[in-house]
Amino acid sequence: MPYDAISLSRGLATAVASVRKPHFDKILIANRGEIACRVIRTAKKLGIETVAVYSDVDANSMHVQLADEAYCIGPAPSAESYLRMDKIIDVCKQSGAQAVHPGYGFLSENSKFAELLAEEGIVFIGPPSSAIVSMGSKSESKKIMEKASVPVVPGYHGDNQDPNFLLQEAEKIGFPVLIKAIHGGGGKGMRTVFDAASFHSSLESAQRESLKSFSSATVLIEKYITTPRHVEVQVFADTHGNVVCLWERDCSVQRRNQKIIEEAPAPGLSEEVRGRLGEKAVEAARAVGYVGAGTVEFIFDCDSGEFYFMEMNTRLQVEHPVTEMITGLDLVEWQLEVAAGNLLPFQQSQIPLVGHAFEARIYAENPRRDFLPDSGNVVYLSTPSPTHVFAPLLTPVDSAETASSTTSSSALSRTVHIPSPAITPSLRLEQGFRAPGTIGVFYDPMIAKIVVHASTRNEALRVLRRALEEYRVVGVNTNVEFLRALAGHDSFKKGDVETGFIKKHYDSLFPIATEPDSRLLAQAALFVVLRDHPVPIPTALNTPWTTLASRRFGGDVYDRIVTFEVAHESAEEEEGETTPKDPERISVNVRIFNGGLFDVTVRAPQGETEFKGVTAQLASPTAITSTLDSKSLRTTIVSQSPPPSVPASREPNANERLHVFSSDATGLGLKTTLVVPSPNWLVSLGTDVLSASSHTSTVKAPMPSVVVEVKVLLGQTVEKGDAIVVLESMKTETVLRARKKGTVKSVGCAKGEMVPEGRVLVEFEEEEK
Amino acid sequence: MLRRTPLFRSLQQNVRAPRRLYHVSVLPSLLSVTSPEFMAKSEAMDALVADFEAKVSAARLGGGAKAAERMRSKGKKLPRERLALLLDPHTPFLELSALAAHDVYSDNVPGAGMITGIGRISGRECVVVVNDATVKGGSYYPLTVKKHLRAQEIAREHGLPCVYVVESGGAALPHQANVFPDKEHFGRIFYNMAQLSAIGIPQIAIVHGISVAGGAYVPAMADENIIVREQGHIFLAGPPLVKAATGEVVDEETLGGGLMHSSESGVTDHLARDDEHAIAIARGIVSDLGTAGGRPLPPLVQPEDPVYPAHELHGIVGTDLKQAFDMRDVIARIVDGSRFREFKKEYGTTIITGFANIHGYPVGIVANNGILFSQSALKATHFIELCSQRQIPLLFLVNVTGYMVGSKAEKGGIAKDGAKMVRAVACADVPKLTVIVGGSYGAGNYGMCGRSYSPRFLWMWPNAKVSVMGPGQLSQVMSQVSKDPTKHSKLKDEIEEQSTALYATARLWDDGIIRPVDTRDTVGLALALSARERGGRRGTNGSLATWDGDGKGYGVFRM
Repeated sequence: MPYDAISLSRGLATAVASVRKPHFDKILIANRGEIACRVIRTAKKLGIETVAVYSDVDANSMHVQLADEAYCIGPAPSAESYLRMDKIIDVCKQSGAQAVHPGYGFLSENSKFAELLAEEGIVFIGPPSSAIVSMGSKSESKKIMEKASVPVVPGYHGDNQDPNFLLQEAEKIGFPVLIKAIHGGGGKGMRTVFDAASFHSSLESAQRESLKSFSSATVLIEKYITTPRHVEVQVFADTHGNVVCLWERDCSVQRRNQKIIEEAPAPGLSEEVRGRLGEKAVEAARAVGYVGAGTVEFIFDCDSGEFYFMEMNTRLQVEHPVTEMITGLDLVEWQLEVAAGNLLPFQQSQIPLVGHAFEARIYAENPRRDFLPDSGNVVYLSTPSPTHVFAPLLTPVDSAETASSTTSSSALSRTVHIPSPAITPSLRLEQGFRAPGTIGVFYDPMIAKIVVHASTRNEALRVLRRALEEYRVVGVNTNVEFLRALAGHDSFKKGDVETGFIKKHYDSLFPIATEPDSRLLAQAALFVVLRDHPVPIPTALNTPWTTLASRRFGGDVYDRIVTFEVAHESAEEEEGETTPKDPERISVNVRIFNGGLFDVTVRAPQGETEFKGVTAQLASPTAITSTLDSKSLRTTIVSQSPPPSVPASREPNANERLHVFSSDATGLGLKTTLVVPSPNWLVSLGTDVLSASSHTSTVKAPMPSVVVEVKVLLGQTVEKGDAIVVLESMKTETVLRARKKGTVKSVGCAKGEMVPEGRVLVEFEEEEK
Repeated sequence: MLRRTPLFRSLQQNVRAPRRLYHVSVLPSLLSVTSPEFMAKSEAMDALVADFEAKVSAARLGGGAKAAERMRSKGKKLPRERLALLLDPHTPFLELSALAAHDVYSDNVPGAGMITGIGRISGRECVVVVNDATVKGGSYYPLTVKKHLRAQEIAREHGLPCVYVVESGGAALPHQANVFPDKEHFGRIFYNMAQLSAIGIPQIAIVHGISVAGGAYVPAMADENIIVREQGHIFLAGPPLVKAATGEVVDEETLGGGLMHSSESGVTDHLARDDEHAIAIARGIVSDLGTAGGRPLPPLVQPEDPVYPAHELHGIVGTDLKQAFDMRDVIARIVDGSRFREFKKEYGTTIITGFANIHGYPVGIVANNGILFSQSALKATHFIELCSQRQIPLLFLVNVTGYMVGSKAEKGGIAKDGAKMVRAVACADVPKLTVIVGGSYGAGNYGMCGRSYSPRFLWMWPNAKVSVMGPGQLSQVMSQVSKDPTKHSKLKDEIEEQSTALYATARLWDDGIIRPVDTRDTVGLALALSARERGGRRGTNGSLATWDGDGKGYGVFRM
């Protein structure tokens, strides 16, 4: 094996030509969104042509625009497009793509797809299907790992389901233990037991639940780790038997069992533990004959310092950029290298670990409503400016003295070489979405990933916080404010991460919303005033009726009162019956003097504040600059109009909303939403429209979604609480139920149909009382 | 005519002389703003302006806090709130005669119980007439009628759509003799509405409250109208009168409520939920006027601020009319770039004539700089003819004691020369604007386009005086014609009081007092209105109520 050749070379550029196989000329990316864009960028860098596939709703999306060629492969639902192996293979043949990059999700861990591609002579940029199969089954992978002496969570995974036997096993493992349904998921059929006394009752209920949900009562018993961390190791293997580890990532802070913030390296790990983690991960990969990029996930017990194998992800993961940042590598490039049959570009001992990196995932979701996904039209999106497209180049560790090392373990066990150059902080933005656009209901609601890198963890966090402050979205709810709070949380800053972090620090992560301060309100009012100013056409001649804006005579002063309500994101929203109490109104009086100065008086429930001699201009349609109390401010304010077809009401969504992004740190959070209440008459008209159908009641789609099932027929009588329609949105099913007894008058949707928010699905004739 | 095709306009711009030639026309200013005289004059004017501002600001409150509260408690908007909602946000409002009826009646009737003015609605300038129901229920005093009619006259002359914001009990009964019977009384309002409509000027009414008896005809005569439900009422006779007349017992809502009129009688076209809604509908109506009522024309050149600050006008003019000042110093603080192209500068020097631009609009200025002699009158006549020929509007800046008297002057034919100037002013073929910055006495008032000569607008500064002769001459004349000195001094005091701007504006002898610093913008807005391309301004019989121009020529000049 030409080890010497590769070790003598310094990276790819000078690799010995006779050894290296050429890259593909054309690849297909069987994915969408940011990962598709990510893969396309690397391919472009390497001069490889790219083929995108897309569903109907993605026709104008970024990955389609970036790719050299793009093919539509079906309607929006994934099962009919991005999961259609046959269509993707057809496109490969049609376009002449030699390899397929699956990204993550969709077909990335589908062994059948890998096999089918192999049959067609198309390269699957990923592991062999056998590795996918082995790692796909939790029980099998654990057996393999045990054999390869990779530590797994102590437990009983056998067939003997006798309660007393299971209790014995539990005692052997030591309490607390976890009872888990073998086919379980989503927390169903799962019980934590802290002592022997409650074991039997917990077992019984777990089995019952499992039987109900998964038609199997089989459970396994595992050690329960009280304060676990999620630490994973990035490994890479080539087809020549080389495996390296690209250090670990910590992804402990999660919500709904999904990662939202990841970092590398994991904070607070000793070099010894890091070395062992890497070794075990490499052993795990070797045990299944792994090829390509993979991630070995471990559960790390904060109390004991032990770690156990959980599973291996046989794909490039969402959070791969953090590893790229600390190693200065392009993992997609490595994947292509490996897929082309080349050696890994670096040996273990050459792989740098420089600085600290974070990735924050921005999702369309409602953090205060248990992170429920959100969808809708993004009307405004402004992002921080990235400094890098790929990871910043880092000098590979000089490997002259380690040239002869053939096992990576020796390199890993040595003190990890961390050069300490003054590295400049860098920022990457991984996006697959452009505004204006729609966050649909068919796919993952992730909008973007912010990736930062700096010399220390603290510095990186600071850069991340700043970047999050500059990430502004209007149209859908996002977790940006939550991520900002998280990145500024004392415990997080200390590195005290664990999987239960959000639950443990809930109150401090979700402070009670305070009233917006008067300075912010003054700026919002000035924004409303200024945008209504007639704008003289700069090139044309204007009459004084246009140019003399707000002009009054005889000592009269133009004044205007702007009214706001504060829109608080409520933690829980009850179904239907809530009578929205009238929020307290804030009135701001703006007096406009002929010289262009303003006097602003803010009358809020908490008091009255006056600003005199204020100057203010609109810097753009979404930015206002002003001088309040001798302080110069620039604030982004985005107006969101209610959908024109929605009858006016006092619901915040039916009024104009101003989203104020304040860089003026007042402890309010980054985004304050103010409602500009519609005039009474408009609400009065809206009420008439709404009550015109008061004898009939309707069931409307609460959000854009897909109709899974219509449970009623025309003329059918339903009782209060009966299921009417089942909708699916963001992978979550919602059952809409009858609020009153009535007869079905009309059905306005069909199974499988995509319905917009507010669409009347079913109409009822209510029964007389 | 001021009609210009766009092509013509662009040609104009292309052939415009290079700007650098113009700098010679910038008026110099040799004022010493720190001189004792200047400061004393300035202080005196400051005090007068402050007094005026205090009076206007009191008048703007209408009937006061109690009446306002009563209106608010019924869910109504105040008259000025209605006005603010009606106008486009952040646009100018040229209010007319804010001090009408000031100290005229035994009752306090601020603004004569009515707000009138010109403002922008849905992007077009309109005349707005708002009844102030906080003042005596919005009832019509004699001066209320006069103010209403004057607003309609302005609408007719400029081709401006009219919006009437109605809430009025009709004629003030104790004053009915001075409100009802004469030619220029109550009935003229509806006569005007009919004729304005006929010549293509839209008439729109919003009924916010009671609109009874004669008042009921405002909405009824309107082209399109709106009524607020459970608030606006239109009937020829209210429930008490109906009961007295026919014995029928009926409530207001049934008799003339918004729902009834909108769904049954057809008297009203739009039914609104509240004041704000009604105004929103009215704004919609104005935006749907199409080409009716004409359209504004932009100026021909880019506007420019004057070189000198406007507040110096206080120290230049002062309040003592006996103290002379150079009117060029006033012009320099009003016109674009302080540029003034003077005509016949060395001839008849007691009158200044020349061309300038205000807010980009060309204007011919006729301004007094002393007593009028034959030469001055001839020069003014010549200049007015020039402006007529060139279709450039005239601005009169007035500070005149009259025409020269004495045998020399009479022999020189001052009477016929003065008559030439008066004739020229009367028949000038262009819109005229008058600002009285000092005195306007005797025949000088005629020659300098006093109220009788129908300028499109006439404004007075707070220090201005208008009367048949100056106070000095008056005493002399009095002592010669009568022997009773006590009578003299009483009459002199009376005439002096009657000659003040406040006395004049209260009686609508002008369109309002303006602060000296507001002159430029006020005149600019008016020039913009004069420059409107007028739609169907001419009536079916071709007659106009006010003559400015119309290409009829001048008749016979006595040579």
